[in-house]
Amino acid sequence: MNFDFSDDLKALRDEARRFLRERCPMTAVRRILEGPAPYDLGLWKEIAALGWTGAAIPEAFGGAGLGHLGLCVLAEELGSALAPTPFSSSIYLAAEAIMLAGSPAQKQTWLPKLASGEVIGTLAGAEGPAKVDPRKLRTSFRGGTLTGEKLPVPDGDVADLAVVAAQAERGPTLALVDLKGRGVVRQPLETIDPTRSHARIVFDGAAAEALGEAGTGEALLRRVEERAAVLFAFEQVGGAQRSLEMARDYALQRYAFARPIGSFQAIKHKLADVYVATELARANAYYGAWALSSNAAELPVAAAAARISANEAYFLAAKENIQVHGGMGFTWEFDCHLHYRRAKLLALALGSTRRWKERLILELEAANAPL
Amino acid sequence: MDFEDTPREAEFRAGVRAFLGKAAKPRAPGTGMVYRAGNEDPAFRAQAKAWQASKAEAGYAGITWPTHWGGRGGTPIQQVIYDQEEANYAVPRGLFDIGLGMCIPTLCTWGTQEHRDRFAGRALRGEEIWCQLFSEPAAGSDLAGLRTRAEADGSDWVINGEKIWTSGAHYCDYGVLLTRSDFSAKKHDGLTYFFLDMKSPGIEIRPIKQMSGASHFNQVFFKDVRVPDSQRLGAVGQGWKVALTTLMNERYTIGGRMGAGVEDVFELARRLEIGDGPALKNGAVRDKLADWYVASQGLKYANFRTMTALSRGETPGPEASLGKLVNASMLQTIAAFAMDLMDEGGVLCDPELAPLAAAFQQTLLTSPASRIAGGSDEIMRNIIAERVLGLPAEVRLDKTLPFNQLPTGKR
Repeated sequence: MNFDFSDDLKALRDEARRFLRERCPMTAVRRILEGPAPYDLGLWKEIAALGWTGAAIPEAFGGAGLGHLGLCVLAEELGSALAPTPFSSSIYLAAEAIMLAGSPAQKQTWLPKLASGEVIGTLAGAEGPAKVDPRKLRTSFRGGTLTGEKLPVPDGDVADLAVVAAQAERGPTLALVDLKGRGVVRQPLETIDPTRSHARIVFDGAAAEALGEAGTGEALLRRVEERAAVLFAFEQVGGAQRSLEMARDYALQRYAFARPIGSFQAIKHKLADVYVATELARANAYYGAWALSSNAAELPVAAAAARISANEAYFLAAKENIQVHGGMGFTWEFDCHLHYRRAKLLALALGSTRRWKERLILELEAANAPL
Repeated sequence: MDFEDTPREAEFRAGVRAFLGKAAKPRAPGTGMVYRAGNEDPAFRAQAKAWQASKAEAGYAGITWPTHWGGRGGTPIQQVIYDQEEANYAVPRGLFDIGLGMCIPTLCTWGTQEHRDRFAGRALRGEEIWCQLFSEPAAGSDLAGLRTRAEADGSDWVINGEKIWTSGAHYCDYGVLLTRSDFSAKKHDGLTYFFLDMKSPGIEIRPIKQMSGASHFNQVFFKDVRVPDSQRLGAVGQGWKVALTTLMNERYTIGGRMGAGVEDVFELARRLEIGDGPALKNGAVRDKLADWYVASQGLKYANFRTMTALSRGETPGPEASLGKLVNASMLQTIAAFAMDLMDEGGVLCDPELAPLAAAFQQTLLTSPASRIAGGSDEIMRNIIAERVLGLPAEVRLDKTLPFNQLPTGKR
């Protein structure tokens, strides 16, 4: 039994933690929260230079070839630091989609640029506040052009490249579109978490090419989401752990009734429950990491379990962190709300918990085996 | 990252499989292990003793015990491997958990070589069964509040008082006993630890009937029971320190399957019709099943992480308390929900009539005990908060005053 990351990857994690503590303190996150910049360009360039963006991209395409386990440990640290960069859109979504379904030419064109951070990618699925149903997409992909409206698209305002789920003649299809080209209009959107930007993108005959075979979009999208779910889960576990530590630290320092509030069982038991949820989420994420990195047949179930567990743990940790901080917890000045915002954002980013629960049960039903 | 045995672990596993294949019958699928079932039945105990003897003979009893206790001198991961393999077989379990898991390790740690020679081997071979006499009516979670009195009299001690929640007291041969030898010392400083023959004159044992109808536990009354000073473990007044040795081992012995779980409720949902079709097609049911599946998978893989630590020779921390805390409550919730699915018929607990041989009805009535025995949910949360998260202990009123000046309630 060796259900753990290797010493090399743990060293990478420690290095990432040190770097982000130095380079991405909460003041840096707040500059994005409060300022006009959509993301931290300087930080983005540095993490690209460190090779993080290329961690799971093969060396043949300009990546570091660390595999997905390497990406998982980095994701945990990025989530913990609330790093305000387009990392998840570009790497977990766009690069994964291209690695999964791209033609040799598409891989050759885009992966090295995604690996170097020179190009930012994203995935555009949603078409407003409702579940993405690949069979009922209104965006169409016909004759090599895209027409329709996508929102919210994560990092859609800053991305150079998008993988777009669209309806083609042969059914749902993923299309690859250069967002710098003609027929693309974008507009930043206000969301619950301004540290991660989102946009509306209107395509009006924008030139695009199919990613994977036409008509395979539904299955492809599902596979991309499964892979991303594991990576997002690590970000969420990192965020949950950080929220728990913030609450713990505050409970040790804050005195009421002449004792640290952390000595009251009302607080201790609350934080014990957050710890339990976080550990369960971490364990499920680890299993997801195994399934992702080994391309196991268990990935659909493992990814759904990791996703559901992480959605719940991070939101619980973030909301109870505010609660432990009392009145100061809901001020703009304290950092608690930054995790609270991010927790809910990430819990919706790849589709709701409800949607993933349904996917999980469908998979288990299909397996029709004893659990 | 993988789930494979190391070559040495694989070799050990192969040995275990060879032994079990020869000595035991495979467990039929779907026949779970019921919580401490059967210990009250003399025929079951006879089977359990015979099985324990053959395990000891093959070197699979006391896997982690040092060789000078008569054990194998093996590793915790070997114990895990043995348990995994044994779970596939229909063998009697649970009768020796407390003795071998808690009592004898304490005796071996604090007793003399003579004690080890006399008792460890017999316990290991299942010849003698041990129980633990710790809790009292007024000392449960607050164990150190116990009041059973030990008074020195020549080379003996005289014991008077009352113990409770003693598993198997009426069929056990020996017991470990925590007493108060000095009521004027501070609470934790006045305790003394003994072991004794359960057939000693002056011991009266009354079974406690639980809400489930079963009687796994007893009340044990001591009236002028004499225990020789040679059966004292640790110094007079040092009993708390000795007791901690026993308690440290507790979380490793409590656990296992505590009742009908997610697998069973999934099976029920497949079979049971509610409204228009099987319950499994109902959205509210699916939502719950997903929650429980995710939690139980989380526990499974958290356990894999613990095993990884064991495999590397590391000691897992108090995070191992997580399993019981999550599981006990979850089983209670599952039982109640599963019975809801059966609607009016959910009240039936006749195994002939209720689905899955009334496993959910049984779990409804046993799960409250699971949430309390071996450290209540609240104590588990305190352990996590204090030992994992480093939060301070509650402010205490019982650390500075002599024991006999502490306030007491009526219950």
